[in-house]
Parts: sequence; C-alpha cells; structure tokens
Amino acid sequence: MSKEELEKSDRISELQDLRGSSQIPDEGEQKELMDRRRFFQGAAGVLATMMLGSCSWQEFFQNNFRRMTKGEIEQTVERLRVEYKEKYGKEFVVGTEGPIDATLFGYALDLQRCIGCRRCVYACVEENNQSRDPQIQYIRVLRFKDGEMDLEHSTIYYDPEEVPEKGHYYMPVQCQHCANPPCTKVCPVQATWTEPDGIVVVDYNWCIGCRYCMAACPYMGRWFNFAEPVIPADKVNVNTHYLGNRPRMRNVVEKCTFCIQRVRKGRYPACVEVCPVGARKFGNLLDPESEISRIIQTKRVFRLKSELNTQPKFYYFFSI
Amino acid sequence: MGRFFVGAAQRIIRGTPLYYVWVVFLLIMISIGIGAYVKQMRLGLIVTGMTSYVSWGLYIGNFTFLVGVAAAAVLLIIPAYLYDFGPIKDIVIIGEALAVSALLMCLMFVTADLGRPDRAWHLIPGLGILNLPRSMLGWDIVVLNGYLFLNLFIPGYILHKAYNEKPVNMNFILPFILLSIPWAVSIHTTTAFIYNGLAARPFWNASILAPRFLASAFCSGPALIILLFQLVRYYTKFHVKNEALFKIAEMISIAMAINLFLLGAEFFKELYSDTHHLSPLEYLYVGLQGKGRLVPWIWTAFTFNIIAFFIFLIPYTRKRFVTLNIGCVLIIIGIWIEKGMGLIIPGFIPATLGEVWEYAPTLIEVLVSIGIWSIGALTLTVILKVIIPIELGEFTRTTKIVA
Repeated sequence: MSKEELEKSDRISELQDLRGSSQIPDEGEQKELMDRRRFFQGAAGVLATMMLGSCSWQEFFQNNFRRMTKGEIEQTVERLRVEYKEKYGKEFVVGTEGPIDATLFGYALDLQRCIGCRRCVYACVEENNQSRDPQIQYIRVLRFKDGEMDLEHSTIYYDPEEVPEKGHYYMPVQCQHCANPPCTKVCPVQATWTEPDGIVVVDYNWCIGCRYCMAACPYMGRWFNFAEPVIPADKVNVNTHYLGNRPRMRNVVEKCTFCIQRVRKGRYPACVEVCPVGARKFGNLLDPESEISRIIQTKRVFRLKSELNTQPKFYYFFSI
Repeated sequence: MGRFFVGAAQRIIRGTPLYYVWVVFLLIMISIGIGAYVKQMRLGLIVTGMTSYVSWGLYIGNFTFLVGVAAAAVLLIIPAYLYDFGPIKDIVIIGEALAVSALLMCLMFVTADLGRPDRAWHLIPGLGILNLPRSMLGWDIVVLNGYLFLNLFIPGYILHKAYNEKPVNMNFILPFILLSIPWAVSIHTTTAFIYNGLAARPFWNASILAPRFLASAFCSGPALIILLFQLVRYYTKFHVKNEALFKIAEMISIAMAINLFLLGAEFFKELYSDTHHLSPLEYLYVGLQGKGRLVPWIWTAFTFNIIAFFIFLIPYTRKRFVTLNIGCVLIIIGIWIEKGMGLIIPGFIPATLGEVWEYAPTLIEVLVSIGIWSIGALTLTVILKVIIPIELGEFTRTTKIVA
C-alpha cells in the first residue's frame, strides 16, 4: 500500500470508529472532527517523532556502540533482528565482529584498467543495502577527457552504448578511509570513528543527523538518508554488520565501510569481487607480501587531493 | 517571587489593541511554522531543498546571521560599562534582551536542521558524548549556551535589584560583564571556525573568514538595535537619547568599512591568483556552468551594503532618521544575504568532486524559518513587556497589583 492509501484507510477507520460509537456526525461535524483530529494527530506526531520516531524506548536510550557492554550489544542485535524481520520478513545476521589483529585495510584502484562500466556502483548498492528510493550510491565514477585530471571538468553523467569511450578515462571515487579523516574530527557526538583496522564507520543509532561530516569530507564519501530508505524485501542483503550494511533509518549519515561485513570474515569487498577487469585491489597494508603492499612498492601510486593531508588508505595507480 | 510572576503575567496579558494584533499575528506565524516542522519530522529532510551536494541551507544560513546579531550586544556593553557612556548605559539591557532572543533562535535553527532532534541528548556531556576538544560544533554549543547564560544572568541580576529597589553591587556583577565581552567575540569566532576549519571547502577555508564574520556582525546587529530602540521609545515611555543611536550608527560605519575592506582583500586574492579556489566566488557573483541562482541575491546585498556604508559614513545622512532607518534596513537585508545563503551555499558549490549542483529552499524551509523568527520576535516582545516597566521603576515589589 502506498503512503497515501495508508493515510486514507487510516481516516476511513477513524470515521468508522466514530460511527461505531453511535454518534454519526453530519458532513460539517465530520469535517470539523477530522480537522481537530488531524490537529491533535499533528501535535501528538511532534511528540511521538521527537521522543520515539518509529522506535522503542530501548532504541531511544541506546548507547554509543563503543560504550556498550557485551550484553548490551547482544540485546541490541537481538532487537534489530526482530525489527528487520518485521520489516522485511527475513532472518538477518547482524554481525559485530571486531577488527582482525595486525590488519590495516588498504585499497588500490588501477586507472589504466578501469573501463567505467559502473558494475562496482551497483554491486555496492546491493551488498550494502543502500536506499533505492531515494537512491544512494557510495561509488561515483568520474569520467575525464584524456589529458585532464581536473575534477571540475569531470562528469558522472555519461551514458554511451559501450564503455570505455575513446578519448576518455574513468576514476571511481568512494570513501578514501583517510588516516587523518576530517569527517570523524568534526562529528560533535563521536558517532563516527576509525576502527583499529582502519575502516571509518558510523554508528547509525548515535548519529544526530547534523551533516557536519558531509561538509568536512573532500571526497563526497558520505551520504544522508533524507527520507525513509526503501529497499525491496527481495533485494535486501540479510548478511549484515552492525557498523556496516544493516538497514539504516531516515535522517542519518552512511558511507562505504570497505564492506566491513565481508572483509572481517576474510572476504573481498563487493566492488573488488565484481570488477570485470580486475582494476580494484584490496588487502592488508601491514603485510609486506600482500597484493596491496606489492602494488604500493612496485607501481607509481598517488592519492586523491593529497595536498589536504587526509592521508587516504585508498591509492590510485597505473598498471603499465 | 509569586508576586513578581503575577505582576509580570498581568503586564504580558494586558496591552493596546495593536499589541494584541502583533501577538496574534506572531502566534499564527508560529503555528504555521510548527505545522511545517511537523511535516519535516514526519517525512524527513527530503522536504527541504538540501541534498547530499548542498547539505546545509536556509536553516544554517539564518543560524549564522543570528549568531552575529547576538554577538553585537557587545557593541553596547563596551561603551556602556568600559567607557561609562551614559546614553548607552541606560539602554544596554534591551540590547541584551535582543541577544537572548537571537540566541534562542540560533538554537532553534540548529535544531530544525538536525535530522534526529530526538537524539539531541547525545550532545550532553556525561549522558551522551560531546566531542571536545575536536569538534568545532561541540565548542559552538558550549560557547552559545555560555553566552546565553551570561545574557540571562547579567540583566537578570540588575533587574532583580531594580525590582527589589536595591542598589546594584557592581563589584559582584562587573566581572561577569567583563567576561561577556570576549565571550561575545568567541561565539562568533567559533561559529566562523565551524566553516573555516574545513579544508574540503576552499570558499570557507580562508583565514579572513572569522574577522569578516565579526565585522559584518557588528553591522547587522547594531542596525537591528537602532530600529528596535526607536520602536521601544515610540511605543513605551522608555527614553532613548538620539545621542546613543547616533553613536551606534557611527560604530556601524566603521564596522562596514572593515567588512568591505576584507571583502576586497578576499576578491583580490582569489581573482589575482586565479586558481580553482575562485570557483565558489565565481558561482556566487557571476554563475558557474550556466548556473547562478544566487547571483541576483549577492549583487542586491553588495549594492545595499555599499549604499548603507555611505549613509552611515556621512554625518548628514547618519543623523537624520529617515536616511538612518533606510540605512539600517539595507544593512540588515544586505548582511542577511551575505552572511546567510551567500556564505553557506557557495561553500558547497562546486561540490567536492567538481559537480555544480544548486540549492533553493523549499516552502517548508521558508515556513519553518518564519516560524522560528516569529518565536524570537514573540520572546523579545514578552521580555520587553516585563523589563521596560522594571527599568522605568513602574514595576517593583512595592507596586500594587492592579486587579
């Protein structure tokens, strides 16, 4: 049922309630009653949204993830699973796996290979339960003309029959998981932070929705749920992590987490896995033998907007 | 104490027909604003014109402007208490009342901008986590609330004494007054630092931002004060000397001169070096990639500010109420555009990855903003209704309560 239909049926049942109480109001009275009712609904609505939103007291008083005890985390996960089951009719896994020892995740993207097909964009949306309406996409694929690397002359709006296009190259951009992140610094409530394995995460239940982090990020790595996120139940990914791809709520910020739900279990991020040309590389920066470390050692790499000293753990390189 | 509240309530309830019209008008505006806010709460910030590109808009613009108005009370405090300038000393309390209303509006505008006001308790140290010393927004919350306290406490103490017909103990209150001077500077500086500290936004990331903030605040705030005092002296028996108003106008001319000079310095740096940092300024003043919704606005502001500058600079026009008031109105509109939308929006355009995506406020945002301004105006009206009789000595503990 659409929202309007729901509201309509709400109103009809209200009128039925009134009739049931043997006071069948005439047209004028009906209208007046409706008006008054709507006013009170409005007033109660403010209170309800202020105090509860669509949620429970447990959710209202829920602590910052980093301050929760083990028991509290278990309770919260249980509550979320019930909530998600109600909403999507599916059993969810809400993981809380911690960082792996001696691991610092890093990413490298081969500009020579990328063909601009955007498969990464859509794989990311599906894996990470981004809202389909309004649309949120963590990865933006910029198209440049050959001979340029000026962001202001790039575009994300290209739609050719076939990629790659002659005379152009592509540069996908997503959260750069900076070692010196401006976004976590500015957050007034520490709702976002860097995990020991280098992943910058958001506690969606702690975010107050001020969007200061979005103003601070130089890479457009953060996205805001301006409306209630919509994910079709048959599309929802039930394998989630608390700090990652679990379904979000309205009016909070979200972002790429290197697919925390996958990488902490030893898997690759979805974008790495889906890339048809192998342009995306991922691994442990602390392991000198890892693919990512080998790339940094043997290729010429650069980091986006390095002049801002954000120190991304996301490298771009040219394979040839 | 009970007696005070009964007397105060009577003074708030009773008034001329014009007073009732004014209050009812404000109450209607407030109701409309609340209605719009309820809709925003129900549907999310999608009802605003903000996007992931331009993630702050009209609310934060108004907030920034009003912090300046609040800070400007200091321009009355300095001559009143430091230089003991009699004509201003008589009226300083009304300036502080304006600061209180402005601060309340600031807090409401920030709250209106929050996606999750239900989680505002996360900001309370101890209960939640206030990210100090790292977050400038955290600091801003601290200094704004501190300034609100000072501006309630100082006039509150002075009025309390006046109500009880007792002399003011200057030794006790002077330290608070002195503290409020740097504190006023701090609220505006910290607010500037919220934007200033973001390397991602070259338009804001210029050290001239905080000084410009102060200069423009000392134009718009006092201009509002000049208009307010004329209204107060017209509608009440409260006496405001012309001398005081002209003194304030003189200070505005200096502040505006500095503001325009700093603007010029900014223009020179951006135009002459001609780097990509020029883009937001280009967007603002001439448009970028065929988009330039703010262009007519900023030129209006620019023209108004220049005209007002000359009105305030030339003694002939400064000391004539017709021209003085025109100057005040021009300055208020000019700075509201320049410091509000003219400062916030271009910070986001072009977006950090180069895209030019424009912003325009929606009707909901406009209505919520009008609602908040109306709450501010109502608060100020009610405060003045109580404190002016105290100031005049008409309302003390010995005044009979008229049935």
